[in-house]
Amino acid sequence: MSAAYLIVALPLAGFVINLWLGRKLGDPGSGWLGTLASVGAFAATVVVWATLLGRSATSRSVDKNIFTWLPVAGLHVNFGLQIDPLSVTMALFVTGVGSLIHLYSIGYMKADPGYPRFFVYLNLFLFSMVVLVLSDNFLFTFLGWEGVGFCSYGLVGFWFDRETAAVAAKKAFVTNRVGDFGFMVAIFFIFFHFGSLNYSAVLGGYHAGHAFGLLAGHPGAISGVTAAAISLLLLLGAVGKSAQIPLYMWLPDAMEGPTPVSALIHAATMVTAGVYLMCRAAPILHYSHSSQVVVACIGAATALFAATIACTQDDIKRVLAYSTISQLGYMFLAVGSGGYTDGLFHMISHAFFKALLFLAAGSVIHGMRDEQNMKKMGGLGRYMPLTAVTFCIGWLAISGIPPFSGFWSKDDVLVSAWQFNKALWAVGLVTAGLTAYYMSRQVALVFFGEARWEEARPAHDEAADHEGALHPHEPDLTMRFPLVLLGVLAFAGGIVNLPYKPFNALERFLSPLFPTAIDPNIVVGTQTKVVLSVVTTALAVAGLVLGLTAWRRAERPALEPAFLRHGWYIDEGLAATVDGPMAGVAGGLAYEVDARGIDGVVGAVAWMAGAGGRQLRKLQTGYVRNYALGIGLGAVALLCYVATRVGS
Amino acid sequence: MGYPILNVLIFLPLAGAVVVMAIPAARADLARYIGVGFAVVELGFVVDLVVQFKTVAGFQFVSNHSWISAFGISWHLGVDGISLFLVAMTALLFPIAMAGPRVASNPRSFMGWMLVLEAGCIATFVAMDLFVFFVMFEVTLVPGYFVIAGWGGLRRNYAAFKFFIYTFAGSAFLFVGILSVWFLVGRRTGHNSFDLITITRTASHLPLVDQKLILLAFVAAFAVKIPLVPFHTWLPDAYTEAPTAGSMVIAGILFKLGAYGILRFGVFIFPTAAIDLAPLLLTLAAIGIIYGAVVATVQRDFKRLVAYGSVADVGFIVLGVFAFTSQGITGGVLEMVNHGLTTGAMFFLVGMIWERRRTLRISELGGLQKSAPVMAGVFVLVIMAAIGLPGLNGFVGEFLVLVGTFITHRWWAVVGAVGVILAAVYLLWAFQRVFQGPARGANATMADMTWRERGAIAPLLVGIVFLGVYPAPVLNRITPSVSNLLAHVHSVDPHFKIPPSGTTKVVYAVPANQAVDGALTGAAR
Repeated sequence: MSAAYLIVALPLAGFVINLWLGRKLGDPGSGWLGTLASVGAFAATVVVWATLLGRSATSRSVDKNIFTWLPVAGLHVNFGLQIDPLSVTMALFVTGVGSLIHLYSIGYMKADPGYPRFFVYLNLFLFSMVVLVLSDNFLFTFLGWEGVGFCSYGLVGFWFDRETAAVAAKKAFVTNRVGDFGFMVAIFFIFFHFGSLNYSAVLGGYHAGHAFGLLAGHPGAISGVTAAAISLLLLLGAVGKSAQIPLYMWLPDAMEGPTPVSALIHAATMVTAGVYLMCRAAPILHYSHSSQVVVACIGAATALFAATIACTQDDIKRVLAYSTISQLGYMFLAVGSGGYTDGLFHMISHAFFKALLFLAAGSVIHGMRDEQNMKKMGGLGRYMPLTAVTFCIGWLAISGIPPFSGFWSKDDVLVSAWQFNKALWAVGLVTAGLTAYYMSRQVALVFFGEARWEEARPAHDEAADHEGALHPHEPDLTMRFPLVLLGVLAFAGGIVNLPYKPFNALERFLSPLFPTAIDPNIVVGTQTKVVLSVVTTALAVAGLVLGLTAWRRAERPALEPAFLRHGWYIDEGLAATVDGPMAGVAGGLAYEVDARGIDGVVGAVAWMAGAGGRQLRKLQTGYVRNYALGIGLGAVALLCYVATRVGS
Repeated sequence: MGYPILNVLIFLPLAGAVVVMAIPAARADLARYIGVGFAVVELGFVVDLVVQFKTVAGFQFVSNHSWISAFGISWHLGVDGISLFLVAMTALLFPIAMAGPRVASNPRSFMGWMLVLEAGCIATFVAMDLFVFFVMFEVTLVPGYFVIAGWGGLRRNYAAFKFFIYTFAGSAFLFVGILSVWFLVGRRTGHNSFDLITITRTASHLPLVDQKLILLAFVAAFAVKIPLVPFHTWLPDAYTEAPTAGSMVIAGILFKLGAYGILRFGVFIFPTAAIDLAPLLLTLAAIGIIYGAVVATVQRDFKRLVAYGSVADVGFIVLGVFAFTSQGITGGVLEMVNHGLTTGAMFFLVGMIWERRRTLRISELGGLQKSAPVMAGVFVLVIMAAIGLPGLNGFVGEFLVLVGTFITHRWWAVVGAVGVILAAVYLLWAFQRVFQGPARGANATMADMTWRERGAIAPLLVGIVFLGVYPAPVLNRITPSVSNLLAHVHSVDPHFKIPPSGTTKVVYAVPANQAVDGALTGAAR
């Protein structure tokens, strides 16, 4: 179990060493160091996982204290790790996918002037992410939570001399901060009500079937209103981190970062932190039905909303970004419906296929010399067969075609939605069709059909002249290996949780945390499940066919309405209604209220003192007769006063 | 403790000032080294102070000598958990401010004034006599004035004058308040005394109206010094016009005198009145947090932006102090230290840009990260500390303040938490405009930090990370004194419950069990 410390320590060590020596190690030394740290963390996680499996199902929770962070009177917060099935599941795929993406980055970032800085951030990110999932209390989780947000900031703005990247980085951080506000206030609430921030104290001990011990029936149990307040505030945090409505706007812009960053942070790991938080806080969330409804509705709405936008984007990465938002919506839908395991299952399979799609897209961008517009691609399958094949695996997986991993996990999500609310299930179903459609559009535009990049890059293009004609090509070995491995995982990843009894490993592993009493898979009968599955798959296939046939040509304005291309004008609307007036208010406060108003009063007081002094100065005439008069009047006044006092 | 350490801490910088001034004009360049040398030796003594400090409640290293016995004035010094790290932060920041930024002219008088300022600040923090406190509180204005007026920017005379007159006007109330309490307590006990502990023991028995009036007078003075909105307008001028070193210590330390004063001489002496007044001050603090951040957002001058950021930050300190919880007050005290580190570093960095670019208009800067990557990296760290990124010092203070405030005053804490969002807005936007984007003109060739500057700022960065990751040693020294303060409040006002209910394990030691010679007795041990 001491290997648990290594999971945290190795990425931290990688970060520190790269911070000090990164420039000396250079390219690719610092990259290999970072990758080594990440692989080491993965190995340590596997050891911890194996140890955990060796224990009986009811004793798979170990607390590992590191040291005391905040000891103030009744508040006592530790840096501590909680090793249990949920945290280990998260850590496994975070470090696993993380390692592959580290490896990929060695090749992808080659010759970038900021090479060491990239791996400094990447290792710090990995450290923060494992802290987030392994922590044993809300505040230490919050440290990881903010840490990944900071790394996201640094990596989105990695090419800082690009104005758009700098703006996107700031937008990502500030939008996340709005969510963090909710998380922080939730933490205050939790401390106020429980007097502790430790998961074991707040969420109840780890006993199979009794995970909700402290909440239900406990004398200090919280009221439903409090549970709703806490879970909704946590949801605000989760919504910010996982780019759900209404705080999703930052994620498409975050694509300004290098592609491995998009794959690791903005698809596979960081953005799933919100789902993790909801699962971790499942006992509280489950306590308040209204909160569950809110979570599920936000998830379903986001899934559909983002999918509609994804249908019309031209940038290869923006399609994937909106797709990520949509898939995260699925996870929220599952969690809100009570299907925690289903949400986590979809998170894992999504991590595989979405990381794969991003990395393959990165390979395309690399091969196309930084071109990201899909309308200027086409026919790349002939030039980059490996990239095309792996991308297609991801495409079929996300579309939910059996037997690819996405089929199994999406099916589970929709089953839990079905038992929770039929309308939400219908939204999820439509989204599944849309998903297959926009992904097919992407594949058709990028890999199939005519090559549109030669005429897109005319001969007088200076860059092309200088570097020679454009020859799309396959990437380095360090980039190919992760593609292949993720391709295998995206294809076969479903085996971690098949809906057949001995193969539902994930469900059995997690069941002590999420008692089967609330597992929707029990409620829905096998026949219904089969029917649901057939319906979903049929719709997905329809979307697939439609997408492929419609997008043999690159220009189809009828299928790309302007309001979808502009993302329902949300960004523009916010800019017009919020940014302007806010700037006006701030400017008014700073230059009218502060400079003229408050400081004006201060100046006026000073002026009055000065003016009063000038007036009083006139009394100081220097003539004895004036002073004598004053003394005389004063004496008379004094006498009068004394006389009245004596008389009374 | 074989020597009167607190007296050494006060008189060593004064001696240094005399020595520096006495250097012959021909060797004026020596002043820099000698001045910094004194400040470093001072820091050494403070390290000894922190090492020797015992993690118990009550004043330690007490030194008490009758001074003007006719009026009950005594040279009474002592340090407890609340003042210990303020002293430490003062001693840390001064050598950095003196050694780091370049001084344009006349180093002798500059170093002299800085050392006088340091002595004044430390004396204010360790004074246990209201008269000594008042005198030292005022004494700091003089070197502060001369540092701004002598080495400041274009509008330095206006700024220095405003700074002096405004805070001095506030102090008039403080003086009246101190005299009133001296008089009223004297009439009650039969002998006049400015002694903090004597007054604290008695003042809470005065009529509540008197207590409130005197506290209001104190608050008026400290509200200007802190400064609370709307008494803050001297601050942006003073901070902006002061030379880099001056901004560092004025922003980093000088206004903590006000925050410290309100805690030590307001809350401690008049707990009941302070509880009554808390909603007003909490509201002003919450307004300040939002107001300062919003106004900072649209500033066109980088230094002015940082200055307005300070207006927001002090809101957190006041919020914590008037939360009346262990977490809140401990957080408030820690936040004073934190703010010294981060703001000191921030003004230092802004000063570096000024030295190189001779402008701080944000619109004229941009893309500096290209030419100065190290400076940009350090800036990111400091900004993140100011924003309150967990793992750095700012978060620890802010979190404790807000969680402590939430327990007793929920909505004020929520408003304060909004300030956490706004801090990210104005600081990141400034960073984006100054350091990111394409670099044009002179911005593309700006020199990075020199080794001297890196060395000078390093201790601040170490402090920022250390307090963020492992604040336990500091918190363990602050908390007992804070708990005692709350126990004292409880003893005076039985209606006051020490929240949260889990923290009743408080040792009530101050001042009842505190012998005048500083020896800790009974329960305090």
